[in-house]
Amino acid sequence: MTSVTSAPVPARVVLSQADIDRALTRIAHEILEANKGSQDLVLLGIPRRGYPLAARLAEKIAATDPTVDAAAIVGQLDVTMFRDDLSHQGTRPPYPTKLPRTGIDNKVVVLIDDVLYSGRTIRAALDALVDLGRPRIVRLAVLIDRGHRELPIRADHVGKNLPTSSAEKVRVRLEETDTAPGGTPVNEVVIEGRS
Amino acid sequence: MKHLLSTEDLSLANAIRILDTAEEMAAVGDREVKKLPALRGRTVVNLFFEDSTRTRISFEAAAKRLSADVINFAAKGSSVSKGESLKDTAQTLSAMGADAVVIRHWASGAPHRLAATDWIDAAVINAGDGTHEHPTQALLDAFTMRRHWSRLAGTGSEGADLKGMRVAIAGDVLHSRVARSNVWLLRTLGAEVTLVAPPTLLPIGVEKWPCSVSYNMDETLEQGVDAVMMLRVQGERMNASFFPSTREYSRRWGFDDNRLRSLDALGMKDTIIMHPGPMNRGLEISAAAADSPRSTVLAQVRNGVSVRMAALYLLLSGDTREPAAPALAYAGTHSTKESN
Repeated sequence: MTSVTSAPVPARVVLSQADIDRALTRIAHEILEANKGSQDLVLLGIPRRGYPLAARLAEKIAATDPTVDAAAIVGQLDVTMFRDDLSHQGTRPPYPTKLPRTGIDNKVVVLIDDVLYSGRTIRAALDALVDLGRPRIVRLAVLIDRGHRELPIRADHVGKNLPTSSAEKVRVRLEETDTAPGGTPVNEVVIEGRS
Repeated sequence: MKHLLSTEDLSLANAIRILDTAEEMAAVGDREVKKLPALRGRTVVNLFFEDSTRTRISFEAAAKRLSADVINFAAKGSSVSKGESLKDTAQTLSAMGADAVVIRHWASGAPHRLAATDWIDAAVINAGDGTHEHPTQALLDAFTMRRHWSRLAGTGSEGADLKGMRVAIAGDVLHSRVARSNVWLLRTLGAEVTLVAPPTLLPIGVEKWPCSVSYNMDETLEQGVDAVMMLRVQGERMNASFFPSTREYSRRWGFDDNRLRSLDALGMKDTIIMHPGPMNRGLEISAAAADSPRSTVLAQVRNGVSVRMAALYLLLSGDTREPAAPALAYAGTHSTKESN
């Protein structure tokens, strides 16, 4: 957790709004390509910022394939209760898990998160999925892959590979969840840290 | 929050946090695998010095749904009947590595004693102490009311309180820990509480409680209520004559068929009837009222498991701070991914 009183750290914008949009457009097409269409596709966003990303991807998929109803393929998967650091980290109230009406059995589930780092969130997500049903295939799409994996996990679709030092912080700000200090919505990816 | 001992000192933020978490826990009950791994490897001891069916089973179900190990301890058939003290029992449990103790005791204040001393280093949850408090019951009542209240308002219950809700708590207030816990919690959540009871069944000092008091059931109903909570007449604690006869009690203070009809006559179609159980059918609540669509008795039992899961989760998953910091990060605009 960041301390409120820390001095301003040098922040560098690595993805602008347009960059994020282009990356998501590409990922949407990659997902369709890898799946050979929109058959059985379910996009599950991991709170908080994975969910708005999943919704945006679904919009883009629906724009390419008119048979797809964007709202019907998006869901949210909370992993709080499945984390392996629950006993060290402060508790946070779990977010709702919302699955598409069709469920996830025999579906192609694409997990979506903003930043892939240690891989522990994704491990928790895989555990959470097992309790909800049995997808045919599980894939992973992330906006940023910043390296420093601690588990044998990789992403199938990556918006941007971002080599970072572990002292740096990668912040994804999306207009659905974040506002700039002035109160205006932002869409950007920023690196902060002692580089 | 380290312990959950009473609702009197529970802050609004913490109360809402427990209710919101319970809302997510309730969703687990609808899933195919009704289990979460959150408390794997933790041990929860149910320490019951007094008889209980639903509270103990509810806590046991809650702990098991969170994958904790549960040890049930009933005073009957244990060393307590050989004269072992609370201190020795607690230290024994501590030596066995209990992470949480759910305690029900006939003595008011026993859970506070356990929490305040160094006998045991575990989270203490009060599951009813004497005639003092029963916080998880009040929380599950509030959870049930909040769902009802926000459904009427047509909004989601997440983050909501009970502002403006009129609640009547009727019956044996004198012996009822449920009434006490509810009065404090409902005040914190912004509801207006009226206690309805014969003067003999009201405790000394009730005028200082944050609620109004009425001696007349029908008058209270006529003034309009959104929820009526009937309390059990606690026969086992009736060591003096508090009312002349059960028949008179049922006529004047019970929720009988006439009062059920009067709710319709008064046009209160959304008023719910609550009871913490176990019910004395025909005494404080008639069978028709208990089984009517207004009755939330079974919903209360169902919600009890969710609320107790929330309490166990919040107390046991490593957080001992006040919610200010995590709550800010939760709602904040600049939370990071460094722990990812």
